[in-house]
Amino acid sequence: MDYFDPHIHMVSRTTDDYETLARMGCVALSEPAFWAGFDRGSADSFRDYFHQLTEFERARAAQYGIQHYTWLCINAKEAENVELSRQVIALIPEFLDLPNVLGIGEIGLNKNTRNESIVFTEHLELAMEFDQQILIHTPHLEDKYQGTRMILDMLLADSRIDTTRVLVDHVEEHTIGPVLSEGFWAGMTLYPISKCTPQRAADMVENYGPERLMVNSAGDWGPSKPTAVPDFIFEMRRRGHPDSLTRKVVYDNPLEFFSQSRGFHFDPPEMPEVETVES
Amino acid sequence: MSSPMSSIAVLDREYLEIRAKILQLAASFDRLERSDGSFRDDARLDLIDQALATVSDHEQRDRAEQVQLIFSRDYQEDWRQEYDLDQASD
Repeated sequence: MDYFDPHIHMVSRTTDDYETLARMGCVALSEPAFWAGFDRGSADSFRDYFHQLTEFERARAAQYGIQHYTWLCINAKEAENVELSRQVIALIPEFLDLPNVLGIGEIGLNKNTRNESIVFTEHLELAMEFDQQILIHTPHLEDKYQGTRMILDMLLADSRIDTTRVLVDHVEEHTIGPVLSEGFWAGMTLYPISKCTPQRAADMVENYGPERLMVNSAGDWGPSKPTAVPDFIFEMRRRGHPDSLTRKVVYDNPLEFFSQSRGFHFDPPEMPEVETVES
Repeated sequence: MSSPMSSIAVLDREYLEIRAKILQLAASFDRLERSDGSFRDDARLDLIDQALATVSDHEQRDRAEQVQLIFSRDYQEDWRQEYDLDQASD
């Protein structure tokens, strides 16, 4: 089945992974800006990183027929440094009109601190000023519930924000309800240790329905599996769900959400013609 | 939307998996018991006990959500006042 991976960090993956993703049916992906595995020391490091996301990764993906899109920001982990964050936010506008840039992300909270909250709201200002879509990271483990509620508080307090243009990622059983009920899109991140499994993601589709719901693999520096979305597709088939339902979550929904962005120009892969076999 | 599988089909499929996961838990607790030192006063043990009680409660219909909340920090509605941050940018 053709699918989108709406949240995967390909800078941390090898070129072999692109080939594997293509073989598994991945036709497009979006890569939010995130942590580099270490804290960067200057805004120039981020400028180089944004060039990598908008140019190099796009070209690397294209070699395997995968359309690469991206989101720009300073991630929550490094947002504790407010001065550096403001320097990075100031340079983002020069990249926003490049092809394949979908918006501001993945912004959010990490340890739910005051500084992270300040930088989050300043990212929201940037998104509003430049009419950008937003992709949000929610914290992990014991910080997720508190952090997700704080993020929803900040989003809902700003009347300029259109909930249908915001994707809140890494939802789990205790956060998916509030995110969907407030009108946001929700992403389930499939991950071997923290976050969610393909089985639990299928449970959440059964419990909440497929509307405004997506799955992604993260595929980051940690022990992640870039082909986790096909694992979800396989789990849905094993349970007997129709492919139309699964396709809505892994293809139609990302297409609908991303289509709201000026930087999204998707060329659907050509479908093979079905020949009638005459007896 | 419900699962297209019958409950007995789910049990058939998941019985050995559940059994294996319970054995992993049992072995983890055995490992804890035979290790040097004391862990009884560790607050995490209380969370584990609460979670195990939730999992084995057959009246619960949202065990996964409840277990998540047991392992979560509390949400304080007045966090913005605590951080001395403005309410909104309307």
